[in-house]
Amino acid sequence: MSLSDSLYKEVILDHYQNPRFRGKLEPADLYEHGINPLCGDELELSINLNGDKISEIRVSGKGCSISQASGSMMAESLQGKTVGEAEDILSRFKNMILENQDPGFGEDLEDLESMESVKKIPARIKCAVLPWNTLERALSRIGK
Amino acid sequence: MSFSAERIRTDFPILGTKMNGKPLVFLDSAASSQKPFTVIDTIEKYYREENANIHRGIYYLSQKATEKYELSRIRLSRFIGAQCAKVCIFTRNATESINLVAQTWGRTQIKEGDEIVLNELEHHSNIVPWQMLAQEKKAVLKFISLNEDSTLDLSNLDEIITSKTKLIAVAQMSNVTGTIHDLAPIQKRAKEVGAKVLVDGAQGVCHLPVNMKEMDFDFYVFSAHKMLGPTGVGVLYAKEELLEAMPPWMGGGDMIAQVFKERSTYAELPSKLEAGTPNISGVIGFGSAIEYLETIGMKEIRNHEVELLTYALDRLDDFGGLELYGTRDLSKRGGVISFNFPGVHPHDVGTILDEEGIAIRVGHHCAQPFMAFKNIPGTCRASLYLYNTKDDIDRLIEGLIKVKEIFSRVLKR
Repeated sequence: MSLSDSLYKEVILDHYQNPRFRGKLEPADLYEHGINPLCGDELELSINLNGDKISEIRVSGKGCSISQASGSMMAESLQGKTVGEAEDILSRFKNMILENQDPGFGEDLEDLESMESVKKIPARIKCAVLPWNTLERALSRIGK
Repeated sequence: MSFSAERIRTDFPILGTKMNGKPLVFLDSAASSQKPFTVIDTIEKYYREENANIHRGIYYLSQKATEKYELSRIRLSRFIGAQCAKVCIFTRNATESINLVAQTWGRTQIKEGDEIVLNELEHHSNIVPWQMLAQEKKAVLKFISLNEDSTLDLSNLDEIITSKTKLIAVAQMSNVTGTIHDLAPIQKRAKEVGAKVLVDGAQGVCHLPVNMKEMDFDFYVFSAHKMLGPTGVGVLYAKEELLEAMPPWMGGGDMIAQVFKERSTYAELPSKLEAGTPNISGVIGFGSAIEYLETIGMKEIRNHEVELLTYALDRLDDFGGLELYGTRDLSKRGGVISFNFPGVHPHDVGTILDEEGIAIRVGHHCAQPFMAFKNIPGTCRASLYLYNTKDDIDRLIEGLIKVKEIFSRVLKR
């Protein structure tokens, strides 16, 4: 299988075509806008918290299939999770792509693993990571 | 000798290499062209056998390096039909040339309320320096808008260029759509109101015959690396009286006549605007690039590109479903093809083509105002040069078929 065949897997194109948890929460407990200035990919992330839980999450934005599918997968994987669980998924995801580590995702998070092939295409890593960097900044604001 | 892209290709070592296991198809010359052996060899020879600083040494090597450096300037001035060599200033790139004009001519000539006219297709390099100057001087920026086919809308030129206009900055050819702008009406109107015209020739001088005496531009800027030369060398051409009136920009060695403790006097042109040790090997290599282009002939290069462009546009039309930008009048267009696959982001196209060994540019091409005008995130851009062939176009089409296959589900929408 060629690199681009493995990158543009069914699951990624499915998220690109049918993004989950699309939209924007207004007002939102946490809101963050992420941008990759060189390519112009953009992502808006809004989160509502119920205690320690991510009760609602919405993602919108524009950009390539990788950045937008990654955002959709992120929203799907975080809905209903606690902030601690979200931080854990975030670091596993980034380590998978940036540090070549096995994320050890369970069955419910296996969509995220489809992004793994992006690490072989350095020019596109920043696309996959954009939503997660945006999430990182959003979570860092909790309690501040 | 008649023009043969196949033969020309053998002069470019990189074109014989493989990319991702496939023969390289290089379609990004608008970003930076490839370099022939002669340029590479000239630079290597300088460092191996001729290396010394210029304009200072009394010894042989320094004299020789100076001679070669200045010979490049003479060659360049003839190539662009300048009145003399001293009106060709070496900078680092076209962007630096524009900034040099903005920071010297602009700072002394532009006052509060003066107007600078740009257009919506311009490269960021020919927008941002003027924004910075306008902010500093409280000057006003005005924009010539675009027709649907990406040519400049010149219908209301008299309203845009007025007695308040001090400068019109415009590209000779767009790096996004390949549009060769109709500069004559702009120059005519500029003369009427006493404004100067700066032409960004970064995409012009490499593809089209130019002659400064005939074209009568006030300022003309370009980069060596888009015309087979090395990176790190740019040119500012300007009319002599403009250069004479411009104060030095950077102070330091080479641009001085005499330095006293409290003040200095400045050197004559061109040294006045070339402070510090320049890119000597680059300028010497640039001379070799000009020689190469002259051997092939700029008219022949232009004809070849138009022929290829015709072929490419036909094939892309036949492919179907693509959105193509830019005028179809090839007398007003150079070898740049910007297009989009509706439903597929340009970066996804770029990644898939890269794997097929095809190098195109994707994104906004440093022309975000144009992308806003078209309401698109960017384009896929295939740009042509003298070494491209119909085979390259065929490979591009094959690559696009692959994109279509991979994205077929999304494209069915």
